[in-house]
Amino acid sequence: MKKSSIGLAGVLVLPSFLKIHSTNAYSTLNNMKSIKDYYDRFNVTEEMLSKVMSEALSKGGDYCDLFFQHKISNYVILEDNKVNRAYSNVDFGVGIRVLKGDQTGYSFAEEITLANMVEAAKTAANVANGGKIIVPVSITEKKIKNIYPIEMPWEKISITDKMPLMTEINEKIFSKDSRVIKVVISCSDDSNYILAVNSEGNAVCDFQPTGRITANCTAESGGKKETNYADIAGRKGFELFSRENIDFLSSEAVRKTMILFDAVKPEAGEMEVVLSAGDSGILLHEAVGHGMEADFNRKKESIYSDMINKPVAMDFVNIVDDALYPELQGSINVDDECNDAQKTYLVENGVLTGYMHDKISAKYYNLSPTGNGRRQSFRHIPIPRMRNTYMTNGPHKKDEIIQSVKHGIYCESFTNGQVNIGPGDFTFYVKNGYLIENGKLTKPIKDINIIGNGPQMLKDITMVADDFAMTRGGWTCGKGGQGVPVSMGLPTVKVSRLTVGGESK
Amino acid sequence: MKNISIKDKAEWAVEYALKSGASEATANVNEVKSLEIILVNDGIEKLQESNQKSLGIELYCNNRYSSHSTNDMREDSLKRFIEEAVKMTNYLAKDEARSLPEKKLYPDKDILNRNLELNDSSFSSLDFKSKLGLLQNVYDTIKGKSDKVINVTSYYSDSLAKGVLVHSKGFSGETESTGYSLYAIVSANDPNGGKPSSGEGCSVRHLKDMMNPSEIAKKALERTLGRIGQKKIESGVYKMLVENRSGWSPMGTLLRALGGRTLQQKNSYLEGMLGKNIASEKLTVTDNPFVKKGLGSRHFDSEGLAAQQREIITNGILNAYYINDYYGKKMSMTPFTGSSSNLIYKCGDRTIEELVKTIDKGILVTEFLGGNFNSTTGDFSNGIAGFYIENGEIKYPVNEMNISGNAKDLWAKLIEVGNDPYVYSSNQTPSFLFDKIDFSGI
Repeated sequence: MKKSSIGLAGVLVLPSFLKIHSTNAYSTLNNMKSIKDYYDRFNVTEEMLSKVMSEALSKGGDYCDLFFQHKISNYVILEDNKVNRAYSNVDFGVGIRVLKGDQTGYSFAEEITLANMVEAAKTAANVANGGKIIVPVSITEKKIKNIYPIEMPWEKISITDKMPLMTEINEKIFSKDSRVIKVVISCSDDSNYILAVNSEGNAVCDFQPTGRITANCTAESGGKKETNYADIAGRKGFELFSRENIDFLSSEAVRKTMILFDAVKPEAGEMEVVLSAGDSGILLHEAVGHGMEADFNRKKESIYSDMINKPVAMDFVNIVDDALYPELQGSINVDDECNDAQKTYLVENGVLTGYMHDKISAKYYNLSPTGNGRRQSFRHIPIPRMRNTYMTNGPHKKDEIIQSVKHGIYCESFTNGQVNIGPGDFTFYVKNGYLIENGKLTKPIKDINIIGNGPQMLKDITMVADDFAMTRGGWTCGKGGQGVPVSMGLPTVKVSRLTVGGESK
Repeated sequence: MKNISIKDKAEWAVEYALKSGASEATANVNEVKSLEIILVNDGIEKLQESNQKSLGIELYCNNRYSSHSTNDMREDSLKRFIEEAVKMTNYLAKDEARSLPEKKLYPDKDILNRNLELNDSSFSSLDFKSKLGLLQNVYDTIKGKSDKVINVTSYYSDSLAKGVLVHSKGFSGETESTGYSLYAIVSANDPNGGKPSSGEGCSVRHLKDMMNPSEIAKKALERTLGRIGQKKIESGVYKMLVENRSGWSPMGTLLRALGGRTLQQKNSYLEGMLGKNIASEKLTVTDNPFVKKGLGSRHFDSEGLAAQQREIITNGILNAYYINDYYGKKMSMTPFTGSSSNLIYKCGDRTIEELVKTIDKGILVTEFLGGNFNSTTGDFSNGIAGFYIENGEIKYPVNEMNISGNAKDLWAKLIEVGNDPYVYSSNQTPSFLFDKIDFSGI
């Protein structure tokens, strides 16, 4: 961290809008190395933390944790050929949670002082109403491995570094096709510092960077207009603007837009659906992932709540939720309640083997937490959330899968999805794809919703290829009013039956 | 913090931005006090209480623009924050359309003095025990009523929000509003498989307008049990009756295409449609920011533009786009506002039950699930759940189906509007009856 960007009180670090030009501007990496650096950043001491935790447990709570966060976000936009607007946000505070059984008391303070923290702790403590007073265990730092080292921290990057590269993507898009009429390029980045401490004596700190570049393209042809976009995201620094990524974004934005001019609507109804490798991981996120978050199962509200250790799919189907996959948006070194991040198997050889847990659900099931306790910010409680959810390779080949379909669709890119946990109905919106007719990809398709039922869809996965890929784009998952970054992936997969939106014949 | 001091803070921030080199600036300071209680059956699941505050500034440096927000309100931090932000803004590209609105567009005293009754003076009168009692009442009403019920989750929240917006051109406006929500979600076992859930509830400005908790509970239970036995039916063309609370989804295909940025960026299928038919004559919609106790009511919008009441669509003819000041300048169009306030519809004469009776073969949509809309072309496709209607009667619940089409055709097929505006939203849609919609199922 540069000295110039440290606030006067020694606590607040401001967004670094301008790079101090020096020859080795990128050579000094983020210097937030030890937990001591984090204590300093949040202006706290172990003694203060113990005091606040004692207050939080003073009314009989079983457990408490403090979650400190400092997040600096930037958002820059190029529109009408100019980088002509920039936004920034600074978020700083501490959330205090008290658990009594499966009950949660929560409060937060935005100005971190001992008095404010004690006040918030008193409020959170109210969830408990008597019982044995537990004394917090003295704090020991939990060491974690960093799976997302970055080369060029966003805080060392100036707006003037981003501007020429955004302009380059804009120019490339216009130069690729004369039908392009409008381009919007945006770049968003977060530098997120977290420190979590709990009454079991754990303290852990992490630096979680994210970056996302989006290229939107609008084109006009024969009196018709079409719009589409390409994006790329991950736990990356400014190196996200690589040559390869700049070329990918400009080519993909144009390709995905122009193909829409030839696109048709498929026939409405049930049919075979082939999901391309990569972005199609949204299928797992909606159809399987949410239903396997343990809070819904603990409360018996999920369609999957009676299915543990039961066969749910063919034996070549393996689905995992993996925090440790490097450098993806959903990758985390540690979860937001001090639990170790891990690779969690949800479906193993076709059998549903486990759910994704936070502290409360793990206790309910008498299991170790799986590191899925995540939250949007210090203003929110942690709940079971996905990280990077994907299916591993299967025994089939992509060509073989497409050739096996007589009448169906091939889905390539998506904008959004949703699920209704209890009945298991899920949807995802296909932006680009193709009709499959007699084993061949034929006309492009666009703008259709697909709906299905989670457990039924799992049974209907009849082929899985060996071409696994993760999405390159940035996805935000919403649950209970909280958004968290996630990622997803899939090899080419065939589902024998899903309901496709389209035109009735 | 007293309201006077948030105004002082905003005025100080504007002044400091100008001192630091900005040619124009705005600042808004907001503080919100809120409480949220969630009960699962008769046990507290979550209890959250908070006070938050934030400051946002917009900087205009000779037609260069940036916008920033922070929750660190200490003066020293803010000073450095503003200084750095001004320096950065000067590196951005010039944009002639970036300047504060013309003075005449700000609200006058008559508008600012209108009492919109957004603030419930009895906000602090309800104690924690009584709030918990509302939720307990929800559970007690449902308890023992059906052996199919898995859980009853009830939510209570309230908030008191104060804000101030200051522009360096001399405009200053304050807001103060309260809000209460009470909802119940019931999940149940369907003997045929699945665990459907549904709910009922309300969001209001004043405590005394809140629905009775036992009424909420009864309706939530009835709606959930009504989902039992849901199935998908054959793909085909059906009449579609959209229940009032779900009208936001079809309306989104109009609203999302009416925005200034969407138009200027050539992403609207409604470009060039001012004064022309964009829906059947059954659709008349007024944007009314002055509805007393309205969830979208306001004296001015986020750019400080004076609130105006305007009929957006009259008998299917488009009268206005949602043009904000910036895109108005870019397109040389008179600004109105960039976002809707309260949408009030010209309602029909019949209830939803009466509308069901008019349908030979159709689907009553009570829920939209996912899907999306392409504002450039008007194409939409969404998942739905609801009820199959035959010969004027509701037959059974349906789910796992999609609707698809183009918004131009959809709105031309609006054949009737119910008499039942949904009052617990700023978008007070009545029930909509559409003819010949493509449904995909089996």
